[in-house]
Amino acid sequence: MIRPEADLTGPTPRFHIGDRVRIDARPLATHHRVPAYAKGQAGVIAKVCGEHEEPERIAFGQQHRLRRLYRVRLQQTDLWKTYEGSPTDSLDIEIFDHWLQPA
Amino acid sequence: MSHDHPHRHPPQADHAEPVSHHEWLGVALNELLMEKGLYTAQELREMMAEVEAVEPSTHGARVVAHAWVDEDFRVRLLKDANTAVEALGFDSAATDLTVLENTDEIHNVVVCTLCSCYPRTLLGRPPTWYKSASYRSRLVREPRSVLREFGTQLPDSVTVRVHDSTAELRYLVLPLRPQGTDDWTEERLAELVTRDSMIGVTTARTP
Amino acid sequence: MSDEIESRGVERIGPHDLGGLPGGPVDRTEHDPAYWECQVDAMVMLMRRKGVMIDPAQLRRGIESLDPDVYEKLSYYERWAGSAALNAIEQGLVTQAELDARIESLRAGRQ
Repeated sequence: MIRPEADLTGPTPRFHIGDRVRIDARPLATHHRVPAYAKGQAGVIAKVCGEHEEPERIAFGQQHRLRRLYRVRLQQTDLWKTYEGSPTDSLDIEIFDHWLQPA
Repeated sequence: MSHDHPHRHPPQADHAEPVSHHEWLGVALNELLMEKGLYTAQELREMMAEVEAVEPSTHGARVVAHAWVDEDFRVRLLKDANTAVEALGFDSAATDLTVLENTDEIHNVVVCTLCSCYPRTLLGRPPTWYKSASYRSRLVREPRSVLREFGTQLPDSVTVRVHDSTAELRYLVLPLRPQGTDDWTEERLAELVTRDSMIGVTTARTP
Repeated sequence: MSDEIESRGVERIGPHDLGGLPGGPVDRTEHDPAYWECQVDAMVMLMRRKGVMIDPAQLRRGIESLDPDVYEKLSYYERWAGSAALNAIEQGLVTQAELDARIESLRAGRQ
């Protein structure tokens, strides 16, 4: 759910490094940055990356709605039923705040 | 290993003429935008030259080699890559640049599954394979198989960390400094730093 | 493998959402871009510099809105050309009719 514009990015990030989060699985037909393979997956915050224009709006040239961006670390063995590699192998992906929930 | 240091020639106007509708569309749009005054032919030539001027060997490799010899710079590069890179005289193009350090325990490799995000100001235009459906689809699912295709075999004791560069950040891998290069100059070290090692599909060349 | 993602009840965003799909070996052949590709590349950079596209997301959105069949058939810079044209038309810089007419005269001139 998109929250009211006034409190999109507070002074402090909603999540911090190490927090466990789940990436929203909601479908959206227009431009956004959450690939299908990452939807619904849970991981931990690896980095807080500052505020950036909301992709869903800036893709249509609409500026000035900033969203906080995080790098979320997913474990490969969580992502795929059969993963060939080390159990410690991981994947970092940038996810915007409005696509994350606490897990 | 010619693909590691591609010897680029300036593109020539007389080869590979457009044939498809969309190729002509690009040429037509470019002409119309110039006729309507959005930019001049001179600006277009300058932009093409600006893009051509960025080579992995003269840009990204110099950043890596400097990080190998200057510990303070390495620390700054990992903490705030934009500022560090600009201090060396390179353009960070206002994108958030993040440098990923390979260690004995972690090997980083970069992909953009949704498009082709790439640190162009340090590595130039991305190679065709980086933009290919095969690389974009498989690297997140079977990174070790893809790395093997590039000749990179990593033991299970090394964690492979894939970075899907789908949003706002641009990533440059800082490869491990090869052994046996302790007394090497920065210039000589830079020659070991290939484009592919800065994407993370290979390691740096060994002497 | 694609079944694995589908079985989670999530849909691919579009033809560009490739992560995790099966695929063949990576073709690592290197080649320099053609002249028209360099032109399209520089044109897109200039469109950004001139404010026609204020963010790369606009280029991406135009590429992603291509019909899936078209997306898969087009090469990289063909997609850029398609998206740049869409953005230029939206901004009122050119019309589809102007583009069609120019393509026709370019093709005729090269025969």
